[in-house]
Amino acid sequence: MIEISAFWTAIYIAMLAAFTGYVVISRVPVILHTPLMSGSNFIHGIVLVGAMVALGLATTPLEQVIGFVAVVLGAANVTGGYVVTERILQMFDKSGRKPGKEA
Amino acid sequence: MTDLSFFIEPVYIATIFFFIVGLQRMSHPLTARTGIVWAGAAMFIATIVTFFMPNLTNLALIAIAIVIGGGFGYIAAKRVAMTDMPQMIALYNGMGGGAAACISAVVLLGTPTEVTGSLAVVGGLIGAVSFSGSIIAFLKLQGWMPARAISFTGQQVLNLLIFLLAAISGACIIIQPAFIPLAVSMYLPLFFVLALGFGLLMTLPIGGADMPVVISMYNAFTGLAVALDGFSFASPNYAMIVAGVIVGAAGSILTLQMAKAMNRSLTNVFFGAFGAKDESGGEVKGSMKAIEADDAAILLAYATKVIIAPGYGMAVAQAQQKVKELTDLLGKKDITVKFAIHPVAGRMPGHMNVLLAEAGVSYDQLFDRDEINPEFPATDVVLVIGANDTVNPAAHRQGSPLFGMPVLDVEQAKNVIVLKRGQGRGFAGIENDLFYRDNTKMLYGDAQETVGKLVQALKKL
Repeated sequence: MIEISAFWTAIYIAMLAAFTGYVVISRVPVILHTPLMSGSNFIHGIVLVGAMVALGLATTPLEQVIGFVAVVLGAANVTGGYVVTERILQMFDKSGRKPGKEA
Repeated sequence: MTDLSFFIEPVYIATIFFFIVGLQRMSHPLTARTGIVWAGAAMFIATIVTFFMPNLTNLALIAIAIVIGGGFGYIAAKRVAMTDMPQMIALYNGMGGGAAACISAVVLLGTPTEVTGSLAVVGGLIGAVSFSGSIIAFLKLQGWMPARAISFTGQQVLNLLIFLLAAISGACIIIQPAFIPLAVSMYLPLFFVLALGFGLLMTLPIGGADMPVVISMYNAFTGLAVALDGFSFASPNYAMIVAGVIVGAAGSILTLQMAKAMNRSLTNVFFGAFGAKDESGGEVKGSMKAIEADDAAILLAYATKVIIAPGYGMAVAQAQQKVKELTDLLGKKDITVKFAIHPVAGRMPGHMNVLLAEAGVSYDQLFDRDEINPEFPATDVVLVIGANDTVNPAAHRQGSPLFGMPVLDVEQAKNVIVLKRGQGRGFAGIENDLFYRDNTKMLYGDAQETVGKLVQALKKL
């Protein structure tokens, strides 16, 4: 059970995290919007960790089935998100070898 | 198993650190590539240590599920063509949202407190909306359902109603009012069906042209759902909270930036039903004039400056290699060739940059809208390859649905050759004034074939 102090600690952390996300993303060149969207899509793949916990703590068959689905979806989010981002950025790497002009 | 659980929190903290560093690196063109590798390594380690969390059972099931889901995600993402990347982002984002919704369901089936239960309900709602919404976005972009905005009368009222019902059924899971004799197990399916329905209905009226903005928003949604799920566990999972909130915040900013680049407000995107109805403001004068590849090649051969404005049509036809060939050929004839890249050309910001880079077009030939627009009046030929809405001068005309959207002012060039499959309209479903201008010629056909013909014709000259 989550204690009330732990809850507020989590709120503090969430606030700082929100600020971090804002600072990291603001003022990026337009051409990086897609890779960044894809990259942040990969990062919320951390849902896999939660799915593992959910399935790991599941006791009834129904919970197990739902938890199993959660892990399958979460794992697809992780690997798919990674590969898509990697492939998109690979294109930039090729063009990035020509120094000089930035986006 | 030896107790390695003391490892978990330090590893999660390191994971978050690398996520932030990874994102930071991804937001600069030169370091972008390494950014994802950092984040990827962190994710891998976080997954491994989670197996050592105390009291976890079903470890074999977890491993099997990871292999199935991970395998699917990996293979599908490897096989898909570069042009289809946007919908893949939508698909994987939807899966993340679905996973978050499932986690909420498991939490709610257990013994949540009022606080954790409420958080799980909100997380489940957002996750489920993100899931069904992203899947619709995927289907629209993949062409498995009509990309046009689908709208009907009373749609917004219906959407609001569904949302309220979902919220009420969600509240009932927590409060379990005595006057309705239903068990949690009854509310739960109802709640999720309504939430999924809302995501679906919310995405239907959004036209294909606005999809990038929508996907980006659902991306932020999923992040938020993940964070809420992190709160809803008996012992909060800080890795999920922090990573989820970062994505939620970053995704929101990104969504606003993308909407701004398209000059669309979010209200417009969600309630404007862009392209749902035919445009009535302002009539178009003149007629479309067709041109043959040979004649177009002659125009090109005698030009001194050519600007190519690519769009989604080039991506669909996979014409980028041929375009590169054409560019080289013109370059050999001492003709200056530049590319005018509209920020939202294609289906995603940066879509064209990626495709042209893949084909080997040099980075320094690509120019942003603001950089290239002043150059059009001094340009002999503009080749519009499969672009439509991004070169529509109607955007300068008050009353047009496109009014105010920044466009490439290609009509100012001496000659404009538009490569197009047929006489249809662009993604926004709006008539393009450009095609009727006196200096515009239409070259019909599949972009890859037509550019191929241009290359052949130019070689003979």
